[in-house]
Amino acid sequence: MPIAKHLAQVSLVLALLPVAAGCAPATPVAQPTTAPAADVKKTYADMVLCYPQLGAESDWRTANTASIKETAEQLGIKQLVFSDAQQKQENQIAAVRACIQQSVSVIALPPVVEDGWDAVLTEAKNAGIPVIIVDRSVSSDPSLYASHIGSDMVLEGQRAAAEMNKLLPEGGAILELSGTTGSGAAVGRAEGFRADLNANITILDSQTGNFTRAEAKPVMEAFLKKYEGQFQGIFVHNDDMAIGAIEAIKAAGIQPGELKIVSVDGTRGGFQAMADGWIQADVECNPLLGPQVFEMALKLMNGEPIEKSVLTNETVYYPDDALELLPTRQY
Amino acid sequence: MTRQKLLARVRESRLFWPLTALAVILLFDALFAPGFFRIGIIDDPVYGPHLYGNLIDVLNNGAPLMLVSIGMTLVIATSGVDLSVGAVIAISAAMGAVLINPALGDRLITNDILTADTTNTPLPLIILADLAAGTLCGLWNGFLVSRARIQPMVATLILMVAGRGIAQLITNGQIMTIYYTPYFWFGNGFILGLPVSIYIVAGVALLAWVLVRKTALGLFIESTGVNARAAYYAGLDERNIKLLAYTFCGFTGAIAGLILSSYVHSSDANNIGANYELDAILAVVMGGTLMSGGRFSIVASIIGAMVIWAFTITMYTFGVPADALTAAKAVLVLLVILLYSEFSQRLLGRWSLRKGPSHDAAH
Repeated sequence: MPIAKHLAQVSLVLALLPVAAGCAPATPVAQPTTAPAADVKKTYADMVLCYPQLGAESDWRTANTASIKETAEQLGIKQLVFSDAQQKQENQIAAVRACIQQSVSVIALPPVVEDGWDAVLTEAKNAGIPVIIVDRSVSSDPSLYASHIGSDMVLEGQRAAAEMNKLLPEGGAILELSGTTGSGAAVGRAEGFRADLNANITILDSQTGNFTRAEAKPVMEAFLKKYEGQFQGIFVHNDDMAIGAIEAIKAAGIQPGELKIVSVDGTRGGFQAMADGWIQADVECNPLLGPQVFEMALKLMNGEPIEKSVLTNETVYYPDDALELLPTRQY
Repeated sequence: MTRQKLLARVRESRLFWPLTALAVILLFDALFAPGFFRIGIIDDPVYGPHLYGNLIDVLNNGAPLMLVSIGMTLVIATSGVDLSVGAVIAISAAMGAVLINPALGDRLITNDILTADTTNTPLPLIILADLAAGTLCGLWNGFLVSRARIQPMVATLILMVAGRGIAQLITNGQIMTIYYTPYFWFGNGFILGLPVSIYIVAGVALLAWVLVRKTALGLFIESTGVNARAAYYAGLDERNIKLLAYTFCGFTGAIAGLILSSYVHSSDANNIGANYELDAILAVVMGGTLMSGGRFSIVASIIGAMVIWAFTITMYTFGVPADALTAAKAVLVLLVILLYSEFSQRLLGRWSLRKGPSHDAAH
């Protein structure tokens, strides 16, 4: 939809104007990291960061977008080139190409799917623009990008499996609502989950809900009728789908706790569902990656050494703590 | 009346083919998914006792499409088409979400919002604003088609493309989650055990039926569709008839947007009502209304929409992933279109002739 995209771009430019105008004359407002005194060193005021966001499919993504935008504003970077690919890889590739054309300092890319990035990553490399892969992973050769900041999706899947094993010690049958087909998050979580799941638990069926409530709900409705009384648990790849599925489960007259639900994300909606007794364990996946991304981007601009893979520190949440922790959740 | 003539009448009825398609899908379910027809009663803590089962899902999930199909029927009957209904759904849903909580667009959700269960705008106002936005979109389409004389496909293509952009602008490009319980009633509630959405469909269908069958409007629409110029020379202001048809289509899209956003508790400008324009056209065509306009049947279109959802839920039951659904749907389209084609009509005609020529001769 070219017009829609143009509209979005125009509004983006309009939105960025005051930011750019506000920062240009003044010195940067805040510089939390110790900015070296040397003049040759680049600062946040020199940074043009390109963030082609993959879309706006869940509360997690909203929090991730907000984190990037807020951090950019706080650090007073020169320009944040933000776009929304609407969950389509071709849009994202086009956005990355546009950023290469603009000669931005650093590209931070949250890839919508794992495969198909080689060409555009090579282009960025040839143009001398470092790329940080954020959140989901890519299957490309590691030499094509500078670093990966994000969660270990396989580990998340393994943690979810450990929780499911604890919840169903006697074994049983479960269903899986998986994320966007081919996305690093869905592939990793499914892989890790299967690797560590006890042999006495069988996965009856698995279908994608594309990480959205809208798609997860009808899928769960059909599941509930097809496998009525045949399953004891559900593994859901993110909280938004879990919330959609819970809507369907509620309508089926099932009480909280009758089905063991393990989800991933730890968003506020997920915490609320835990407090209400629907979700039994929520594996955290932290979306507030803004500070880490910008810190690494600055290091890259100054040619400082960086780690190839930075995993965010994450944990598992349980209903017991949910009510207590709910007010402290930032997303 | 002879049995042969009765059969011919049944076969010529507008409801025959869509009902046959529905029967075939349900028969398939009966054979291969024995649990498909099970209907239970569930006592919901919020909405009270209600029916529960796949067939109820077909009605509830299909309701938005049925609504849009009603509007689309009138538009297609004037020999037009409205490609913008999906976008109108997105605009209506975005309006609702923004009016309930304007802060959700670009900021993180705060706990007070999540737990407060409040709205910034009274519910009746939200409904009015939703309906007004959709109706306005329809009016715009109608204006382009009837006054600016732009071809319907081109005219509505404009809003189809722009509409989701407008919805994005309204919601600031984010999925807006709705945390306001009374709003959920439209897509999830029940009256006397049946989904609320079905009553809304019945109401709108009744309104449309009274409009087109109890007044001369239906005849006007059909004559406009058959030959707009002839209708004009016969003294009909075909421009206003087209304007009305498109406006009504926008109105039905707005209600569909309300129900859909209520059903999933959120407004996703990109995905809500995606491909509804095509599904609605398909439902109307399955209902036997010709794309070239003229004779139409609202009830047949509604059954067409039911066919699409019965098929969708059947596919979910058989584990066809949502992404692959479109391919399966294409097969359904192909079968239906083939059934309607002159070729198969001729075959059928020949077949019935061979079976009972004596009866026909007797007449």
